[in-house]
Amino acid sequence: MKMANVELGSGDGASSSKEATQLYAGRTKIYPKEAHGRFRTTKWIVMAVTLGIYYLLPWIRWDRGPYLPDQAVLIDLPARRFYFFFLEIWPQEFYYITGLLVLAALALFLITSVAGRVWCGYTCPQTVWTDLMIAVERFWQGDRNSRLRLDKHPWAFETVWKKGATHLTWLAIAVATGGAWVFYFADAPTLAKQLVTFSAPAAAYFFIGLFTLSTYVLGGIAREQVCIYMCPWPRIQGAMFDRDSLLISYRSWRGEPHGPHKTGQSWEGRGDCIDCHQCVAVCPAGIDIRDGAQLECIQCALCIDACDEIMDKVGRPRGLIAYDTIRNLDAGAKDAEPLRLWRPRVLLYAGAIALVSIIMIVALAMRPVLEVNVLHDRNPLYVKLSDGGVRNGYEVKLLNKQYVPRAFKIGVSGLTGASVQMVGHEGGVVPVPPDQLQAVKLYITLDKAGVRALPEQATPFQLVVTDIATGTSTEHGATFQGPPKPEARR
Amino acid sequence: MANKEPKTSEEVGTTGHEWDGIEEWNNPLPKWWLYVFYACIVWAIGYWIVYPAWPTASTYTKGFFGYSQRGQVSDDVAASQAEKAVFRDKIADSDLEAIKADPELLNFALAGGQAAFGDNCAPCHGRGAQGAFGYPNLRDDAWLWGGSLEAIHQTIQHGIRSEDSATRMSMMPAFGKLGMLNREQVSDTAEYVMSLSGNEDDAEAAARGKEIFATNCAACHGPDGGGNQALGAPDLTDELWLYGGDKDTVVETITNARAGMMPAWSGRLDPATIKELAIYVHSLGGGQ
Repeated sequence: MKMANVELGSGDGASSSKEATQLYAGRTKIYPKEAHGRFRTTKWIVMAVTLGIYYLLPWIRWDRGPYLPDQAVLIDLPARRFYFFFLEIWPQEFYYITGLLVLAALALFLITSVAGRVWCGYTCPQTVWTDLMIAVERFWQGDRNSRLRLDKHPWAFETVWKKGATHLTWLAIAVATGGAWVFYFADAPTLAKQLVTFSAPAAAYFFIGLFTLSTYVLGGIAREQVCIYMCPWPRIQGAMFDRDSLLISYRSWRGEPHGPHKTGQSWEGRGDCIDCHQCVAVCPAGIDIRDGAQLECIQCALCIDACDEIMDKVGRPRGLIAYDTIRNLDAGAKDAEPLRLWRPRVLLYAGAIALVSIIMIVALAMRPVLEVNVLHDRNPLYVKLSDGGVRNGYEVKLLNKQYVPRAFKIGVSGLTGASVQMVGHEGGVVPVPPDQLQAVKLYITLDKAGVRALPEQATPFQLVVTDIATGTSTEHGATFQGPPKPEARR
Repeated sequence: MANKEPKTSEEVGTTGHEWDGIEEWNNPLPKWWLYVFYACIVWAIGYWIVYPAWPTASTYTKGFFGYSQRGQVSDDVAASQAEKAVFRDKIADSDLEAIKADPELLNFALAGGQAAFGDNCAPCHGRGAQGAFGYPNLRDDAWLWGGSLEAIHQTIQHGIRSEDSATRMSMMPAFGKLGMLNREQVSDTAEYVMSLSGNEDDAEAAARGKEIFATNCAACHGPDGGGNQALGAPDLTDELWLYGGDKDTVVETITNARAGMMPAWSGRLDPATIKELAIYVHSLGGGQ
């Protein structure tokens, strides 16, 4: 550090040096070296699982009977339904999705406060696809040194075909990614056929193009730039770490003072870090973890794998770089302080997750298979009839949330002498198609005696909706409006 | 963590800007960021050329595609009308009962009828068809000219006392104004008419009025005051009054007579819309 000061500080001052006029920095290309170890293996498994879910989920079938789509996960925009295995969500039930998103956010907070940027390091789509793209690059162009050599070398046939193959494979992956996306919005086998025969809707091709482009650019080319410059999450999550969070850390109390080490040399009076720079070489963000926690670090743990390998080679214990808490680092020893997992913030997040989960489960378990909305006509509130009777109009909406067609009878209780009349359903039976809404115009008429007997100007009563097949009935509150009562008129 | 020294201005470099000893350090943005900015500028220029953008003295630049929001709206309207045309053709070709029996057509007709009602009928009959003083309530069960689908359809087509040659016409004489009945007679008749629905104040006057009614009114309103839909003569025995059932109003009606007017809608609205209106009005609860 001192040396750098001298170099830059010399001459006529930094403000007029050539570097100082450079307002925009070109990207320093990063050549991540392949790591080997338990975290790298974990990342391969996570990649296989997450990509597997993404690409294959739309192809899983789920039998919902003859009237409904049999795709397990389907966002049916034209019909305004969202199918998720056993769950089916109508537009007005979107709070289930809100609940899922709240749960996902709380889970993210919980895992972040316990173990740092686990999301960033292992499961974030940007990480997963970037990792895949780097693996492709490594497959065609070789590992770090080979890629460095290839880029330093003047353009030659070797450069062209190796880079060309890399980019073609990237594009293929990008197309597959964009392609998988559209299958979530339509029946996958049908759409696949349409896509191949070029008869699919234009929107499908548009979104495939869009996601192909974004996967190729963000995953293949932009990589860590997305995490450093575009993603807001690194800025937020710092607030979730505390002194007891397990973060990927360089144990400087053990590593310093660092420096090259020759075989046979004594380890007395020096640190375990031999300055091999393997942790830097494997880092997909191109940083040095020995500089401490930093925004660019996505905590993917590859430096742990790289360092452990070196420690094994030089015969020092593993864990110079490891998941550790700031409390332990400050104490200057491994496991100096007991791990405090149940801190208030962890308890708070876990409690909130439990609460939202319970609310969700209860709401789902109590989700009615028939929903009835009764809307009283407001204009006019009531109609006087020639014999002195009164008629009220209602708009009744029956939402059949079962996968079979059903039929309902609508009756009245709590209103003596009322007769019910329905527009378009003279038989008094309302059929409702499976998974559909049926609106009915309903008129309830009271004769003169019935009107006189009304206790109030607005009398509450119950609309009884009976399922004809099962005989089960539900009651739904409504009001009957009559003319003002004589005492009210005064 | 390694105890790394904080960076210094010499290390980072400055842009050369300094105010009161505060220096602006040079932490350059990534270059692609700059290129994205340039790309946006190029995009914006392209957008100006391709889409309508710049005002000129009397008009504006039209763009390559000739795109306009107004054009888009009229395209959408045309597309929606083409979609509706299938149903409207079916409605134009079917008779009223057949439309009512077909749930799909019925729903379409009710929706179309409601819209047409709001545009054409609501000013007189009210948004909810509840009527007003002198304008019949279309939701109740009393009909001057009949409440069947067919009768409603005919009324909408040809109107009441309109210029249409097939319009329905009736005329109540202005008994008082023309001197056919004197004041007492009008008053007595009013008492009798009110007694038909059980609302008279003076039974004696009503008894006198009964005879006047039999001579002057029964021809149209019927001997028992039950009305005649063929003539558009209101039923005087029910509890509904178009102009009001209190003494003053009834006297006023007998003295000066009433003759509401409804325009004929054939020629103004196409036959399918008129059918939709008839079905909608019939569905409001009073249809017979």
